[in-house]
Amino acid sequence: MDKISPIQQKFISNHQKRKRFVLCLRFLILILFFASWELSARIGFLDSFIFSSPSRILRCMAQMASDGSLFYHTGVTIAETIISFFLITVIGILFAILLWLNQSLSEILEPYLVVLNSLPKTALAPVLIVWLGNNIKTIIVAAVSVAVFGTILTIYTGFQSVDPEKIKLIYTFRGTKKDILYKVILPSTVPLIISTMKVNIGLSLVGVIIGEFLAANAGLGYLIIYGSQVFKLDWVLMSILILCLLAGILYLLTGSLEKRYGKIK
Amino acid sequence: MKPILELDHVNYSYHSLNGETNALKDISFTVAPGEFIAIVGPSGCGKSTLLSLISGLIKPESGSILINGTENNAGNTNIGYMLQKDHLFEWRTIYSNVTLGLEIQHQMTPERLKNVDHMLELYGLSGFTKQRPSQLSGGMRQRAALIRTLAMEPDLLLLDEPFSALDYQTRLEVCDDIATIIKREKKTAILVTHDLSEAISVGNRIIILSKRPGTIQKIVPISFSIPNYTPMQSRNAPEFQEYFNTIWKELNHHG
Repeated sequence: MDKISPIQQKFISNHQKRKRFVLCLRFLILILFFASWELSARIGFLDSFIFSSPSRILRCMAQMASDGSLFYHTGVTIAETIISFFLITVIGILFAILLWLNQSLSEILEPYLVVLNSLPKTALAPVLIVWLGNNIKTIIVAAVSVAVFGTILTIYTGFQSVDPEKIKLIYTFRGTKKDILYKVILPSTVPLIISTMKVNIGLSLVGVIIGEFLAANAGLGYLIIYGSQVFKLDWVLMSILILCLLAGILYLLTGSLEKRYGKIK
Repeated sequence: MKPILELDHVNYSYHSLNGETNALKDISFTVAPGEFIAIVGPSGCGKSTLLSLISGLIKPESGSILINGTENNAGNTNIGYMLQKDHLFEWRTIYSNVTLGLEIQHQMTPERLKNVDHMLELYGLSGFTKQRPSQLSGGMRQRAALIRTLAMEPDLLLLDEPFSALDYQTRLEVCDDIATIIKREKKTAILVTHDLSEAISVGNRIIILSKRPGTIQKIVPISFSIPNYTPMQSRNAPEFQEYFNTIWKELNHHG
């Protein structure tokens, strides 16, 4: 490494200073938010029965952690999210490949996919309960239905936008459709598939919570609905905070996945 | 000598809902082994279509295309096709890019791979086999694309404006490079280009196509008084300007 010039040094230190400043402010907002919430509850500005308070949430958390129900409900939601996410990804890619392999099929199915994609999936949820029952099947199907049609359309569009000259190249080597799929289409759409996965993990969480609202006896969505019905707002707000945490962790995980594999183009 | 390629009254049209476009009309010519043919013509005259027809990617509406005396419909004849861009795949290393054709045809035999290694060595790419295409210069990428084509040991090479994506200086260099490589490997080649000087500097014969529907307007044989010239040197030959003017006039007055 060459010696760093004073100007470059100054540039680097300025950059680091800025980064620290941003990080400090981020934490400050978090602390201010919780502090003012707690304070308002203490002085009676907010009714802690309805709005709960950070200290009540912590107490509730500690109590639920000691009897294990906290980990149980969180675990159920995480498991359902992961299962839905995998199903969405696998079904999305396989269906996109099927459409790509069969041009007529994709032309025939296009309007159906577009309508199903735009349909608000929450409208399906009550029907799913009736059809599938009050159980995990309904939750998974609800979550999958939220994201799967969009995934199929996005990935199929990605397949179609692969440079036709690259496909011609494979034909000049007398390659088959299989060669085109494995050697051009799939590798060149890896970044797109990863960015779709990034969106889908968030959507799976949304879908799972919708499902749990309606058909569950476990999970954070269930806690939220049940808590609001019996006026245990501590449960509701605790569950929401845990969901925030989960969303953050999922974002970081998919972000690192994208960093590793998302840049081949 | 028996011709390697014979086109006999070939016609081809494109069809769309807006109507029929007659792209090529009554094309007949033959190519002898070892010949370097350049095809020039105004844009849209069906130059690229002609190469696609010869390669067997599309079939003529009427007429016949014989390669080594047989019809090329089962892909039984070995034709190398170089497209406008190098289309090296970024997700593959240079080595697995140049062996792509061999991989597709399940011909990764020791002899073929030895030939690939030899060409990589000869054309200055042996130190870059583990790199990604984006790490190479435009000229090097085009050479890698040529090795990918030559790895199949084709009898006939089709070059579809392979230098048009390069900047002018690189273009002269790469054209010189690639034409020399093709002559050294004793390949028969057909080059499509819209650059007249490029055509004159590499071709043994120049086929001039007319405006759409493309017909053969004239075939100009090229020979220079300089012995063993490279494409770059031929540009200094006294005949070069003459050829240029003849073909230029042909293209602009009749086309």
